[in-house]
Amino acid sequence: MSHVVQLEDIHKTYESGEVPVLAVQGVTLTITGGEFVAIMGASGSGKSTLMNLLGCLDRPTRGRYLLGGTDVSNLDRNELADLRNQKLGFIFQGFNLLSRTTALENVELPMLYGRRHFSTREIRERARQSLDIVGLSNRADHFPSQLSGGQQQRVAIARALINEPQILLADEPTGNLDSKTSVEIMGVFQKLNAQGITVVMVTHELDIAHYCKRNLIMRDGRLVSDTPVVDRLVATEQMQRIVTAETDAKLIA
Amino acid sequence: MRFINVIKVALRALRRSAMRSILTALGIIIGVAAVIAMVSIGNGAKSQVEASIASLGQNIISVFPGSAKTGGMYGGWGSASSLTVDEALTIRREISGIVAVSPEMRDRQQVLANGLNWNSSVNGEDVTYLDIRLWTIAEGEMFTEGDVNSAAKVCVIGQTVVAKLFPDGDPVGRSLRIRNLPFKIIGVLKAKGFNYFGSDQDDVVIIPYTSHIKRIARRPNLNSIIIQAESPDQMTRIQQDVTDLLQQRRNGRDPDFTVRNQQELAEAATATTKTMTVLLGAIAGVSLIVGGIGIMNIMLVSVTERTREIGIRLAVGAHGRDVLTQFLVEAIILSVMGGTLGILLGVGSSQLISRLNGWPVLISTSAIFGAVAFSAAIGVFFGFYPARKAAQLDPIEALRYE
Ligand SMILES: Nc1ncnc2c1ncn2[C@@H]1O[C@H](COP(=O)(O)OP(=O)(O)OP(=O)(O)O)[C@@H](O)[C@H]1O
Ligand SMILES: [Mg+2]
Repeated sequence: MSHVVQLEDIHKTYESGEVPVLAVQGVTLTITGGEFVAIMGASGSGKSTLMNLLGCLDRPTRGRYLLGGTDVSNLDRNELADLRNQKLGFIFQGFNLLSRTTALENVELPMLYGRRHFSTREIRERARQSLDIVGLSNRADHFPSQLSGGQQQRVAIARALINEPQILLADEPTGNLDSKTSVEIMGVFQKLNAQGITVVMVTHELDIAHYCKRNLIMRDGRLVSDTPVVDRLVATEQMQRIVTAETDAKLIA
Repeated sequence: MRFINVIKVALRALRRSAMRSILTALGIIIGVAAVIAMVSIGNGAKSQVEASIASLGQNIISVFPGSAKTGGMYGGWGSASSLTVDEALTIRREISGIVAVSPEMRDRQQVLANGLNWNSSVNGEDVTYLDIRLWTIAEGEMFTEGDVNSAAKVCVIGQTVVAKLFPDGDPVGRSLRIRNLPFKIIGVLKAKGFNYFGSDQDDVVIIPYTSHIKRIARRPNLNSIIIQAESPDQMTRIQQDVTDLLQQRRNGRDPDFTVRNQQELAEAATATTKTMTVLLGAIAGVSLIVGGIGIMNIMLVSVTERTREIGIRLAVGAHGRDVLTQFLVEAIILSVMGGTLGILLGVGSSQLISRLNGWPVLISTSAIFGAVAFSAAIGVFFGFYPARKAAQLDPIEALRYE
């Protein structure tokens, strides 16, 4: 499999405060196509910073980042925007949906900014398909404020998927969700990963990391552990178990 | 991004805050409407003034007696009484480019007829007088050259005199008395209304100037000489020639006459209304600028308020230029929409005001084009700064913005 992500001694230092913050200090990492990676670590260990670097939202202070073989460090603002638009799908920790804009229109957004031009109908069509993948086509005309947290998260996933990215980057996609909805979301990721999309996600929760194929642990801006997942959980099975447990509980009560 | 998408995105954004969009556009609506209404009203008033000036006659030069100086003391205009019929006839004979000359005598006299009486302006004029004043006979006819030569006791009368002395109508063929002399009414004039200075032009009895001099005023000196030139471009020359001729006849004495050009009067009158129009337009223009600043203000607030939105757009692949055009197009849509509504409102209100005042409705197309162009320009001008501010945001910074 091809190396889709190659980080070589990546550093990120925030100079904004009185003391410079060394958020990421020397991360070297290779991710190949089709991988499903979870990044874990304590709060403030630099996970989000690393994800922003991976998502080409931010530039490293030092080091080299090859995305699909091209060196990202030399690209300008607009070229980075095109990369984000075409190759990457980013799912933010806080959803980051446009309020007072329907789910469908939120999902359409990346297609509007694509370098390829699509007709309004094509865009609409693709957005519906994308919502279908996350099982939300029946909520297309709802506004984010009319959706539950899990549904909003799925709109965000649909938006990340619409341009058929090679890599899906998700910063704590289950951070705000209950365990059942979390498992649902992980099911969506596993399905996408099975279709060949590389998934990199950040999580606090160990059991969520067990749905992935590879676990990385960060501490103070460095990678301290890199292990494959042995007893990997399958979301569909877990979902089944949760549903059974729920019905049992209801029967008893 | 395709332009159609830019417009779609901008429209969505405007629709999302419809109330604010309307309030923002309101500044432009009122500004544009005010400009159009003010200019139209100004134009209507101007045309009204021009029409009343034109009704005095065309290409007219008037000669008035000047001031008399008695022992070092000057009287006012007309205190000298030096203009004579002979001078009027000499002007007619010796100066080229003249269509008609009417020596004029004016007097207010008590006029009696039908057992009624009325104080009216009795004017002695030449036969050409009605042509000069663009006036026509409604009934009967004007007196003739022969009547002038024989100082005949005939007259034509205005509608006010008809109303006052012949309430039952049919005055032609009957007679009235001025200074106890019977004058036969041979014609009735068409109504002409009030002139620019507000006096009733129909309150008049016109008789041959010869009859006036001989029988009514009993003095040889004219109140004025009315001269009609062939064309407007000859007026200055004729004015000079008349001045020279009269001066020559006075053998180097102080000039005791003035020669006035109707154009001067027209210019003075239209200049006043033009000043009014410009003034009104300028005030309205200020409100248009205020409206534009309103748009800038709202767009600026909107950029700050929508920082996260901009961050999201940038994060999913929008270029800075896409964000710039979006905000710019939003501002332009606001101002063009405001401009269009403003035109409707402006045209409507000027129609209404003109109708209420009985003015001709003169919607100025240049005001409409100007207002539209200006409102679009306002959109670009006042939209650009906030738009550029938005476009230069860093995606990650914008996303972090609370
Ligand atoms: N914009 C910034 N300016 C200055 N320091 C920052 C900035 N963003 C993050 N940091 C600092 O960098 C370090 C890493 O932050 P980061 O957000 O990557 O942590 P994290 O691992 O995602 O934490 P969490 O699990 O709480 O989300 C932290 O010490 C944080 O204070
Ligand atoms: Mg984080």
